Amino acid sequence: MPLQPFERVVEEHGAIVWRVCRAIAGPNDADDVWSETFLAALRAYPTLRPGSDVRAWLITIAQRKAIDRYRAALRTPVPVAVLPEVTESGQAGAADGHDDELWEAVRRLPPKQRSAVAYRYLADLPYREIGELMGISEAAARRNAADGVAALRATYQAADEASCQQGSSP
Amino acid sequence: MTYPGPDPGTLIRGRLPSHRVESADEPGSDRLRELRRRLARQADRAGLLDVAYRTLDTPVGKLLLAATTRGLVRIAYPVEDHDRVLQTIAERVSPRVMRAPARLDPVAWELDEYFAGRRQVFDLPLDMQLVHGFRRTVLAHLIGIRYGTTASYAAIAVASGHPRAARAVGTACARNPLPVVVPCHRVVKSNGSLGQYVGGVDAKQRLLSLEAAA
Repeated sequence: MPLQPFERVVEEHGAIVWRVCRAIAGPNDADDVWSETFLAALRAYPTLRPGSDVRAWLITIAQRKAIDRYRAALRTPVPVAVLPEVTESGQAGAADGHDDELWEAVRRLPPKQRSAVAYRYLADLPYREIGELMGISEAAARRNAADGVAALRATYQAADEASCQQGSSP
Repeated sequence: MTYPGPDPGTLIRGRLPSHRVESADEPGSDRLRELRRRLARQADRAGLLDVAYRTLDTPVGKLLLAATTRGLVRIAYPVEDHDRVLQTIAERVSPRVMRAPARLDPVAWELDEYFAGRRQVFDLPLDMQLVHGFRRTVLAHLIGIRYGTTASYAAIAVASGHPRAARAVGTACARNPLPVVVPCHRVVKSNGSLGQYVGGVDAKQRLLSLEAAA
């Protein structure tokens, strides 16, 4: 099957890649990592072998772009006009409403668990592919995703109980 | 100890992305649409936008307009199936095809003027890479047919140096990648009847009436 117009690729995979960007790069950098990912993909697109798994290819690029950005951020402190608000956990919060909690929890996961959770639950990739993307075995990918979800469950349970107690107090 | 509510995995997969990112319309909420627009601009600046396209509503239907960096490469009627046309462009020109209206602005302006009866000659760079050989010769002669006039398939065949190739002229017109701008609608049968048209006979009639009225 020949390559589709690139616009189709963006249309089909744009949303999922953005979710993955958000999970691995954080809400503040998601847009930029998304743009860098698709620009790099567009550059390389004519050489992509027809019939390739385009989504997995895009996610590999997104992963690299997120890491690049992370490394660049470590090297260069970014001057800002207004200091971002700092949440109780000590991390800059995104102005994103009530999903913050869950994203915050996803972001606090150890990197391998975070990636595995993102690939599994945001991109719906099979564990075999997740293992390939992460350079680990299929079984290890499965364990990392399971551990990540268990950690999220614990966080959520704690948050839920806290809000229930608040809500039900007379 | 088990969690009483839904699995966090389901939460992430279902609730979280859906109400934040998606709309009923397409997976491009406002944010994604804006990201896509930004991507098209960045791609153009980086020299990666090999083919830009947009659509334009006109009295003869929604036209697909596509341009390379060299010029207008394709105009397509709805009946040609825009998706299929874009796929062909991806295969024959470049797969780096993106919706990016800016490059097509001058084309859209001139077409709007034409359909308003205010323009008789198009002044646009054309990229004829989708046409070769005799068909290209034919199209070159079509550009010489003045606004408001017609020529017969046979006459164009003579002008193209192959007097007996009227049928091939018909094929060249039917496969004209740049209808309206390269005026194959001005080619009619020797007996005065309209003949075929890439956008349908109604569209051909409409264009000729428009030009006759101006």
